[in-house]
Amino acid sequence: MRIPASQLREWVDLPADVTPEHLHDALVAVGFEEETVHGGDLTGPIVVGEVLEFAPEPQANGKTINWCQVRVAKDGPEAVRGIVCGAHNFQVGDKVVVSLPGSILPGPFPIAARTTYGHVSDGMIASAKELGLGDEHAGILRLAELGLDPEVGTDAIALLGLDDFAVEINVTPDRGYAMSIRGVAREYAHSTGVAFRDPAAAVTVAPAKGFKVALKDDAPIRGAQGCTGFVARVVRGLDRSAQSPAWMVKRLALMGIRSISLPVDVSNYVMMELGQPTHTYDLNKLKGGITVRRAAKGEKLTTLDEQVRQLHPEDLLICDESGPIGLAGVMGGASTEIDDASTDVLIEAATFDPITIARTARRHKLPSEASKRFARGVDPLVSAAAAQRVVDLLVELGGATVDPLGNDEVTVTTPAEIDLPANYIVSRIGVDYTATEIETVLSDIGATVTNTKDGWTVVPPSWRPDLIDAPGLSEEVARIHGYDRIPSAIPVAPPGRGLTRSQTARRRVAQVLAGAGLTEVLAYPFVTSADNALFGSPEGTSVPEMTLANALDPLVSQLRVAILPGLLDTAKRNVGRGLTSLALFETGAVFRPAGTTGSDAIPVGNTKPDAKTLDGLYASVPAQPWHVAALFVGSVTAKQPGQAAVAAGLADALDTVRAIATAVGATIDIRQGQHGAFHPGRTAEIIAGGAVVGYAGEILPSVAQARDLPRVVAALELDISALIDSAPDHVEAQPVLVFPAATQDLSLVVDLSVAAADVLAAVIEGAGDLLESATLVDDYRGKGLADTEKSLTFALRFRAADRTLTANEASEAKLAGVARAQQMFNATIRE
Amino acid sequence: MPSISPKAVADAVAQALSAISGASTGDDLKAVRSAFVADASPIAALNAQLKDIPADEKADAGKLVGSARAEINQAFAAREAEILAGEEHGRLLAESVDVTAVASRRAVGARHPLNLLMEEMSNIFVGMGWEVAEGPELENEWFNFDALNFDEDHPARAMQDTFFVEPAERHLVMRTHTSPVQVRTLLGRELPVYVVAPGRVYRTDELDATHTPVFHQMEGIAIDKGLTMAHLKGTLEHLARAMFGQGAKIRLRPNYFPFTEPSAELDIWHPTFRGGARWIEWGGCGMVNPNVLRAAGIDPDEYQGFAFGMGIERTLMFRNDVADMHDMVEGDIRFSQQFGMVI
Repeated sequence: MRIPASQLREWVDLPADVTPEHLHDALVAVGFEEETVHGGDLTGPIVVGEVLEFAPEPQANGKTINWCQVRVAKDGPEAVRGIVCGAHNFQVGDKVVVSLPGSILPGPFPIAARTTYGHVSDGMIASAKELGLGDEHAGILRLAELGLDPEVGTDAIALLGLDDFAVEINVTPDRGYAMSIRGVAREYAHSTGVAFRDPAAAVTVAPAKGFKVALKDDAPIRGAQGCTGFVARVVRGLDRSAQSPAWMVKRLALMGIRSISLPVDVSNYVMMELGQPTHTYDLNKLKGGITVRRAAKGEKLTTLDEQVRQLHPEDLLICDESGPIGLAGVMGGASTEIDDASTDVLIEAATFDPITIARTARRHKLPSEASKRFARGVDPLVSAAAAQRVVDLLVELGGATVDPLGNDEVTVTTPAEIDLPANYIVSRIGVDYTATEIETVLSDIGATVTNTKDGWTVVPPSWRPDLIDAPGLSEEVARIHGYDRIPSAIPVAPPGRGLTRSQTARRRVAQVLAGAGLTEVLAYPFVTSADNALFGSPEGTSVPEMTLANALDPLVSQLRVAILPGLLDTAKRNVGRGLTSLALFETGAVFRPAGTTGSDAIPVGNTKPDAKTLDGLYASVPAQPWHVAALFVGSVTAKQPGQAAVAAGLADALDTVRAIATAVGATIDIRQGQHGAFHPGRTAEIIAGGAVVGYAGEILPSVAQARDLPRVVAALELDISALIDSAPDHVEAQPVLVFPAATQDLSLVVDLSVAAADVLAAVIEGAGDLLESATLVDDYRGKGLADTEKSLTFALRFRAADRTLTANEASEAKLAGVARAQQMFNATIRE
Repeated sequence: MPSISPKAVADAVAQALSAISGASTGDDLKAVRSAFVADASPIAALNAQLKDIPADEKADAGKLVGSARAEINQAFAAREAEILAGEEHGRLLAESVDVTAVASRRAVGARHPLNLLMEEMSNIFVGMGWEVAEGPELENEWFNFDALNFDEDHPARAMQDTFFVEPAERHLVMRTHTSPVQVRTLLGRELPVYVVAPGRVYRTDELDATHTPVFHQMEGIAIDKGLTMAHLKGTLEHLARAMFGQGAKIRLRPNYFPFTEPSAELDIWHPTFRGGARWIEWGGCGMVNPNVLRAAGIDPDEYQGFAFGMGIERTLMFRNDVADMHDMVEGDIRFSQQFGMVI
């Protein structure tokens, strides 16, 4: 909403030298956020001039300019100036607006005496647009067009209000009444304490009757009648040569509204002034009286933008005997539109159901200044004043005469009473307002306040449908007395339990990965269906997924079931920017629908659903487990003096898996695995708590290369929620044994197909409690072994709890391990 | 009978000490040892004579030779230590490397600053005894709107630029704010409740310098007996000072949200903000609307409280001078690496 200062000044006393800052500060204090300032960016001298003579001079470029002599002052040495003018819509004797050297026009466009077309042009004759008076730029502004004949030398800034400015504020959706000068003036008065003069009260409404109006509604939405008021007025004999006056054009321009014609401008002006949208019909195009009703199924209407609209049974229509002539509160119809020849006008000022208008405007994608106001609620008591104001302006400015024909159909429902206990506002805001302070604010906003035994009964004013309960009243008192008056106090929460185990574990994973050299990134969780299928399951077949109904990019409209696709895209972007060695990780939710998702219907708010409904709501939301993914490209160690580059590979992915498991306290098994997105021979499945919780390995080279990444990309993705769930809630410590250890190496020959981890597990199982540690130190293949064999060497460390082990005891334990490995995998000792 | 003259002893000592002090390398020392310390040395020869001298002289002579040997041995050991230390020092010097050119074997990575900021803000509340609550990003509309006092036709509901999930009539949306966690918290926890809910939220804004369709918020809610708007103000003031120092100030301006009444816009002021000391819009807040409590089955006549929320991206922008939203969402490692592990 934009508020011209000159217009606001008609209803509240503003400081003589009012600034945009002052208005913004005053309005912000009562809840209207400042947006920007329009106009006011013009300085003089700008004066009224008279064209004394001019000589057309054709130019080489094909244009003809006029070399004009213009009187800009009654007398004095520079009373007559030579000015070059490119326009041709004037004659000798015309009064025009001259921007003299030193002035600045909106733009900013500074004016100076300058040489052009062989003359020194000592100023500029301005067009309406150049003066910020609208869009007219075809020629210069002739003051006679505005019905003005001022003396030469008159200050045109004061004459035309050129220095007026408008402040733009953001009106929140609960405050429809403030989408008008009337509402904003009232709020300015609340903020500053000056007196408010109600523009609606300044109109004297003359009764009218005889125009037939019928309000029908066979299908109210949520119990509300579509139209509860329809004030109609008629004027005749409108002079269509009459133009909108400069002040109105200027104010409309400041409010962002283009001047169209006198009747349209008046209708818009009154809407901005009083907040009531009005519609004007060519009376002679109307057939009979007006009926307001819901649309029938299949009905159509051609709106005044020449579009044929397919109507919905919820749409509210204005109809005459010919059928629909307007989409109520949203857009008029073409058949009864005012045209250049219309002289007899029917004025409509109606009261429509906000929800009906909001739905229709949304359905037909027709947001307008009128529908925005109706959707937020228009004061039902202002309609008669608004219609009368349009009549008065058309009479005053357009020479029209009033016809007593009209209608005053208004159904007024009194707003519901609000019970306000005496201590409610004090105990909600935390300020010790006196009873008088509370009563004064509530009266000032227009409410009727009655004392009761333990507080007040409050009836809100007709323009405040948002005030329905005591909290709403508490806000009125708090904001009008100023939020600055609220003191500070820190509440004391009961003792907290800190972060949950899962929250701590997830934080630790991120810290550990960053400490291990990986960089955390965040990608949008939107992917393609192909990526979800590839990464969503080991088989690489399609998985259940959720699709955005209104994705910004329709090709990337699925919610991710895995993080890796986004991480690969992030890697691609980095590599594309020349960052070719990467160690990235991301943690976040993935979306894993299973079975039926969503709800058939949802309950209303404001009341707690029953247990079954609530369970249904919880169950309607798909599982969103927390995942971690990491990825390595290029080198993990760069080439440096004395150090060859170390290429990223499977080892980095597996180390990272182990780091993550350690960070959450989980025990994992790494097994040879298969996954459609990974290399068939270089993939591990990660097992925790008896289930696969993720994969690590090299990305399938074709998948990497499709994203312009090198052939080797090592990666992993784990379901960190599952991993955390698998971890014990605390560690059970083992005693640290201090007797000397016995160490032995063991080389076992097994078939190539046997996994080292399985052999190791067999040795550990067979060797028993004396074996304290066993690690794989070598995997030999080649000379001395069959082609189908490999030799695995383990370093074993034995220790007893209560004595120094002898070499024999250690050897016996080792042989027991060998025996187990032999039994399970046919392993033999390599001599 | 032979005798050992003090002069002979003194000569042997003088010769030996002179040779020891003249040695400057390990090889010199070896030669000195065999000539003046070992068995073939003059002092050793004198020592060997002790067995032949008369018994009544033996004690004095023994003392004389013994102290001479001790003097020589000490001098030798001292010189030997000096020379070994000098040689070791020379070897170490020869091993010098240019420490500015030593290869790096382990890189240190970096956290994303948005996550660090959410953790830091959460920590401030955990320090006050609050807890951190979480909820799903893909949410049922009831939790995102209806339970928060946005009914189906509420103008604010249309303004939220919601991402819907197919089929749209199944009422699943990407949460447009972290506020549905308020509802889940009120339904799921015992009163009183003091929680913050940091997390990811979604709105259908195209990515540009100041907007992103996927962003983060920090929500807070406190419901207890006797809470007032003064407690809201005090809590936010504490947060501002904990994050920005004692010089930070906040102010509340009236605003509108369906789920709070009264509602306020939160501004923060700090002397060191880029562009000078000024007020910056930080978030929204207010006293929880009784309809939200009713949706969770809480009696608004018994309990009331406050809620607040702010954008994490926005906070990072003015706190750390990040000028363009693209840097936060593109995943360029150079962005996160500026922060390392701290913001």
